[in-house]
Amino acid sequence: MSDIIQIQNLSKHFGNIVGVNDVTLDINEGEFVTILGPSGCGKSTLLRMIAGFEQPTQGHIFLDEKDVTNTPANKREVNMVFQDYALFPHLKVGANVGYGLKVNGVNKSDRQQPIIDALNLVGLSDKIDNMPHELSGGQRQRVALARALVRRPKVLLLDEPLSALDANLREQMQVELRHLHKKVGLTFIMVTHDQTEAMVMSQRVVVMKEGQIAQMGTPSDLYDHPANSYVANFIGTTNLFSSTATKTSSNQININYFGQPLQIAANDKILTSGTEQIFGFRPEKAVLVHDHRQATNGLQGKVKEVLYQGLAARILINVGAGEIAIDQMLSETKENARLPSEGDQVTIEIDPHKIMAFEQGHIT
Amino acid sequence: MTTTTTLFSRIFSTDGAFKAVATSVLAFLYAPIIVLVMFSFSDSRSLSWPIKGLTFDWYLKLFQNEDLLEAIGNSFYVASCSTLLTLIIGVPAALALNRYNFFGKSLFRKLVLLPIALPGIITGISMLNLFKVVGFNLSLETVIIGHATALIAIIVTQVFARLERLPKSLDEASADLGASGLQTFLFVTLPNIKTSVIGAGLLSFTLSFDEIPVTFFLTGRDNTLPMYIWSTMRRGITPEINAVGTLILCLSAILIIISVLMLRDKNQ
Amino acid sequence: MKIIQRGKLAAGAVLSLPLIWTILFMFVPYAILFVYSFWEKKYPTFEAAFQFGNYFTIFTDPQYFQVLLRTGKIAAFVSFFSALLAYPFAYFLIFKVKTNGTRQLLYMAVIAPLWISYLLRAYTWKTILGTNGILNSFLIWAGITNEPTDIFLYNQFAMILTLTYVFIPFMVMPIYTSLEKIPKNLIEASADLGLNGFMTFIKVTLPLSIPGLVAGFTLTFCLSFGDFIASFLVGGPDGLMIANVISSQFGAALNWPLGSALAIIMLVIVLTIISISDRFERLGEAKL
Repeated sequence: MSDIIQIQNLSKHFGNIVGVNDVTLDINEGEFVTILGPSGCGKSTLLRMIAGFEQPTQGHIFLDEKDVTNTPANKREVNMVFQDYALFPHLKVGANVGYGLKVNGVNKSDRQQPIIDALNLVGLSDKIDNMPHELSGGQRQRVALARALVRRPKVLLLDEPLSALDANLREQMQVELRHLHKKVGLTFIMVTHDQTEAMVMSQRVVVMKEGQIAQMGTPSDLYDHPANSYVANFIGTTNLFSSTATKTSSNQININYFGQPLQIAANDKILTSGTEQIFGFRPEKAVLVHDHRQATNGLQGKVKEVLYQGLAARILINVGAGEIAIDQMLSETKENARLPSEGDQVTIEIDPHKIMAFEQGHIT
Repeated sequence: MTTTTTLFSRIFSTDGAFKAVATSVLAFLYAPIIVLVMFSFSDSRSLSWPIKGLTFDWYLKLFQNEDLLEAIGNSFYVASCSTLLTLIIGVPAALALNRYNFFGKSLFRKLVLLPIALPGIITGISMLNLFKVVGFNLSLETVIIGHATALIAIIVTQVFARLERLPKSLDEASADLGASGLQTFLFVTLPNIKTSVIGAGLLSFTLSFDEIPVTFFLTGRDNTLPMYIWSTMRRGITPEINAVGTLILCLSAILIIISVLMLRDKNQ
Repeated sequence: MKIIQRGKLAAGAVLSLPLIWTILFMFVPYAILFVYSFWEKKYPTFEAAFQFGNYFTIFTDPQYFQVLLRTGKIAAFVSFFSALLAYPFAYFLIFKVKTNGTRQLLYMAVIAPLWISYLLRAYTWKTILGTNGILNSFLIWAGITNEPTDIFLYNQFAMILTLTYVFIPFMVMPIYTSLEKIPKNLIEASADLGLNGFMTFIKVTLPLSIPGLVAGFTLTFCLSFGDFIASFLVGGPDGLMIANVISSQFGAALNWPLGSALAIIMLVIVLTIISISDRFERLGEAKL
């Protein structure tokens, strides 16, 4: 597989504000990549630089091995689906979809078939003569997709494509977009602030923070092996805490959670030099034990709240000055199904291998 | 006691009072116009109440008045040319103000919009000064330049307001799909601002057709219609002027209806 | 870099004509006007100089200064009476008229006269107020007076009446817009807090509509201040405006330097009012 897009040391400054800071990223042909991050992290700017709407301050963008850094948007073989869809309000659906062909000199009779094909792809060929304002939000979204796909761009860019839809429709469109990606076999680059959307849809996720890439990898990579506390907290939930680590004579590594001792399995990220660093574990990796004498790696705490979520329950527990969230599956076995009540004293057991070590730092 | 209070509150019940004010404002605005039209049919030379008889003579007289017909022709010439000029200059100016950042932008904006609030006489005499300095002879063409300068602001404000409401992403979508800047303007921008351009053009035409302060200083031997009417008025009042006025009124009404239809188109 | 250059090229192409036009026909003429205002009248024409004599004359010769004051007074009255009529009218449209269609129709009815010739609208008042005019003949016909009176025409009252008539739409428009912008729930909230209709108006509606009032005052004042047609038709010597004096300097009096200086003063007054009201409006927006 070759790289369809290569981004090298790309930066964008807006006056004194750094939008994108030294980003290097390769995207494979046919891949579905999502750039994920909170608003203001530079993800949209990165996408707009790929599209050609923003000129990078530094660095290069290669599209299919050609340097397109200085190529204007209208000369790049990438197309974009806009957040507000940007359908031309004065043109019918068919003319919207055919616009890219028209401005590139395809004559009217030769446009008809590609337009119908593109609309078929999104299941809207019966709306060809409608005006955009006669369509629902989801339908407009699909027209925008068809319009961007009609010329079979090398890369399809999607800028928060689902953010304007309501929750039900959004889930449905997530699946549809995945199917569409498989069907057309083009490279998709999507920008979103919604981690679920990113995890569900993409093959690879690029997490951005303050203009830089915090981590990239497959969704399971990011969930199971977050590179830092930021990613651990942005994707899913992580109980984060800070501690120093000490190695005992028996090669055991001890840390503590707000004063209570914990063991952690050896791991090359652990700093045994006595510096404070951040640790964390996922809510579903910890279990409640009802007899605290049986706990091998346990923390004692008091149940603060129990949030019933159907498949599982989230239990918030005060441990010392900290608060731990754990998820307890509500499976068929009766014992597991017994949930503690608020105010109960409980013991939480954590497998030392499930505790993750992150960068140095302090969390209060 | 109770009756007085009820009466009192009825008169001063806010709704009643508001209706009275609204009615009188409309009466204030339209009574003189009705008077103007009514007396264009009066068969007496003097405009005095009551009207004794009705006649179409004043209208017939108009069509035999060579000077008047020539003035009307001049006015159409001036208003058409200056409207065309305001569009050629005003639409790009609105685009530039909406799209680009450039050195001196705020000064440029202030200068372009100035004639809206500035008394026409200042535009008139400052251009008169210019034409004298460069040695231009005053003519209908100098009037056209003056009108265009004074009325660009009308086009700029109307078109700019429409452009502001147009999402920037439409331009980007067009470029993204491969359109050049000119194609984007022709296929996306222009169709979407079309009604505001036509509406502003009509307004500019009407205002130019009616313009006096600038015309007064910049015209040579030729008269435009308002200048002709004015010189007639200064000689005295005649129902002939009322007849011209009534005709202009009809023309204005047609233009108003067109522009209202334009606005309705926009609201869809 | 190329994209930026391309952008600049496009901007340049779009901007060049408007820019050239503005410089040539606005900036340069205003500059010439300014320069002329320092020139000197030398019979029969005038010659280049740099002196403040024209300005000195304007502020010391009561003939000119009185006219300036009178023009300001008339313009202020016009703004005042326009607001007095326009505000309740706009308020009625926004808050009392229930159907949208009626509201727009009534609004159009007030704006429509702007499309009708200014000259004709001023002229009708001449025909109405004149000694042999419609009002006089009506009063005699109705038996209220015995003989025609000349008190209606050729005075400041006629000026204010005519200019109010002509410029009132410019007062209605901004007030209407500013009232329209006030969220209805704000007024409901105020009623909810126990303020009665009048107090709600004083505490909520009026303060929020001040930017519109200011804009309306600015427009009607500036337009009246620069008017020179109404004065010809209905003003007479008592209703002589500054613009009439300027036009006579460029005409019969042939004193262009003095006319230019008067025009510069008019320009400065108008610009000052505009910039003050601009600041005021921005202040109002910040408050919202």
